[in-house]
Amino acid sequence: MFLNVGPSHPAMHGIVRIVTELDGERIVGTDVEIGYLHRGFEKMCEREPYNNAMPYTDRLNYVSPLINNFGYCMAIERLLDIQPTERCQYIRVIMSEISRICDHLTCIGASAMELGAFTVFLYMIKAREWLWELIEAVTGARLTISYGRVGGVKADLPEGFAQRTKQAFEDIRRVLLECDTLLTRNRIFVDRMQGTGVISKEDAISYSITGPFLRATGVNYDVRRQQPYFVYDRMAFDVPLGEHGDNYDRYLVRMEEMEQSMRIVEQALAGIPAGPVQVDHEGRVIPAAMMVDEAKLGHTRGLKAVEVETDPTLSGSTKRFHGLINSPEKRAVLPPKEDAYGNIEGLMHHFKLVMVGHGIRPPQGEVYAAVEGANGELGFYVVSDGSDRPYRVRVRPPCFTIMAALPVLLVGDMLADLVPTFGSVNMIGGEMDR
Amino acid sequence: MSENLSLSALMQEQFPQWVLGTHQYRGDETLLIKREGLLEVCRFLRDDPRTAFNFLMDLTCVDYLTFGKRLESMPTTATPSPLPYFMKPKPVTEQWERTGDRAGTIRAGDRAGNILSGEEVSAAAGPPTEEVPRAAERAAADGARLEVVYHLYSHTRTRRLRLKVPVGAADAVVDSVTGLWKAADWFEREVWDMFGVRFEGHPNLKRILMYEPFDGHPLRKDYPVNKRQPLLGPTN
Repeated sequence: MFLNVGPSHPAMHGIVRIVTELDGERIVGTDVEIGYLHRGFEKMCEREPYNNAMPYTDRLNYVSPLINNFGYCMAIERLLDIQPTERCQYIRVIMSEISRICDHLTCIGASAMELGAFTVFLYMIKAREWLWELIEAVTGARLTISYGRVGGVKADLPEGFAQRTKQAFEDIRRVLLECDTLLTRNRIFVDRMQGTGVISKEDAISYSITGPFLRATGVNYDVRRQQPYFVYDRMAFDVPLGEHGDNYDRYLVRMEEMEQSMRIVEQALAGIPAGPVQVDHEGRVIPAAMMVDEAKLGHTRGLKAVEVETDPTLSGSTKRFHGLINSPEKRAVLPPKEDAYGNIEGLMHHFKLVMVGHGIRPPQGEVYAAVEGANGELGFYVVSDGSDRPYRVRVRPPCFTIMAALPVLLVGDMLADLVPTFGSVNMIGGEMDR
Repeated sequence: MSENLSLSALMQEQFPQWVLGTHQYRGDETLLIKREGLLEVCRFLRDDPRTAFNFLMDLTCVDYLTFGKRLESMPTTATPSPLPYFMKPKPVTEQWERTGDRAGTIRAGDRAGNILSGEEVSAAAGPPTEEVPRAAERAAADGARLEVVYHLYSHTRTRRLRLKVPVGAADAVVDSVTGLWKAADWFEREVWDMFGVRFEGHPNLKRILMYEPFDGHPLRKDYPVNKRQPLLGPTN
């Protein structure tokens, strides 16, 4: 019997169609049909200048958008052969790991819900909400953040971020402990997850599966360890490995990875190089609106010397922060606003990067940059032909290869096992179909 | 770096008849081979203990139809601006060259690549980092509009390699490597869907991202971006 687990299905994360051939309750064959969320990301990137593709990369793996942003930025920076500043690298590591925790929370929460554990889902979404508040404080948005820029990031970390993160992590650890107590030794959960969706090491390597899926089979491959980028080589963290390659191992690997991600963020916050000096020569700081009001009323004496407090999410554009988070590369990074509006060199620099026909022009060449996405190795292959637009941008999607292996995972199991298996695949439609 | 050099030297020595060229650029190692030798070379790369590329990370294609010929590629002013007195020209350390039709293309290190480096244009790029048989490369790869690109990764040696197979658009057929890496199955389907390159020996070569009745290959440069082909439902 053929059963169509159709594109529109409550248990499907995103849109995918699985045509299963059943013999009673047992699955004997599957055919997976994808492409329902194909939006032509690669074709659109060829039309836009390099930095304009940033919002598109947000929408690739939309549960961990920061990782996509920084992967793309890393590829373009490699093409241009520029190095982001140290503070910028630390910020990227912190935000990537926070994104990774969000992704794992969503994955485990959603797959637990499908098995009937509604409480766990709500707890994990609550935890994710705290992380989204952190992300919003830094980037200005919760999900589609467009935070990365070639050569830097959009803005610096706001004041008090370390304190807020510490508080958030305390709360999240409590939530994870609760969910752990609810699920890990839960008879129903274990029975459904253990022994289902098994894949062997050889098959996983042959299907070029990476990420927590591969590590659950026992292969120790983590891009952050094997080919470290940013400042991951300075971070001490463990890479959890599974043994059996079944759904339960994947769940355990993801739970442990969240803890390791929090560990990385804490180390990064402790080791991040100094931020901008906050006060002016007289130690006064006033909000921008107040400065304007004072000036309108005519109280301009001494106003020029006062440091103005702009919106935290715009901090990257002012001189105080600019040099710390953006690489000193005139070919790719916009000047701070004081220079762009203040002197002619800044204006010309700004013009050269923004006007049509000018812009970021990497030399002809190609590069493949891989970061550790939440699902596995997220690779960006960018070909440049010397113009201000990329010639070809290819995204190597981690869950594409995992979905290709879905028949291997499903055949032999019962139909009901499709739900936990598919949940642990963590298929993100935006990333798979682009 | 010496690891990489020995890899290209190894490939040149093992398969002199298939290797069209090698180069290193921005820390990536690339190997260009003829399409006839693809299966042999891939099998060697996967099985030989010196290379041991057990992961096929990515399989994709690039269409070089408008490479360097786009309006945006041309620099907006003919003469570069001179550098201000406090700047030194940036030395061009690496050069990337692709095979095939190079008429009208801009060379690496040209003014278009480096907006504030006037002096180095005259200084010109130095000799390439690798001695490649360029005449043979060009002759063999002329008219190669498409290039199928394989990204390999060796877990035991923690090393990456890019394999490129130039292919003409008229007879875009390449051997399928699904027998070596199962990941190639879906990757090759996507290349067929987006670029129209057939894979000989593929078990199930049909469209993967687009719907079956779709006409054309969208990622080719001559497929217009704004063309619409709505899929209309059943008439009843």
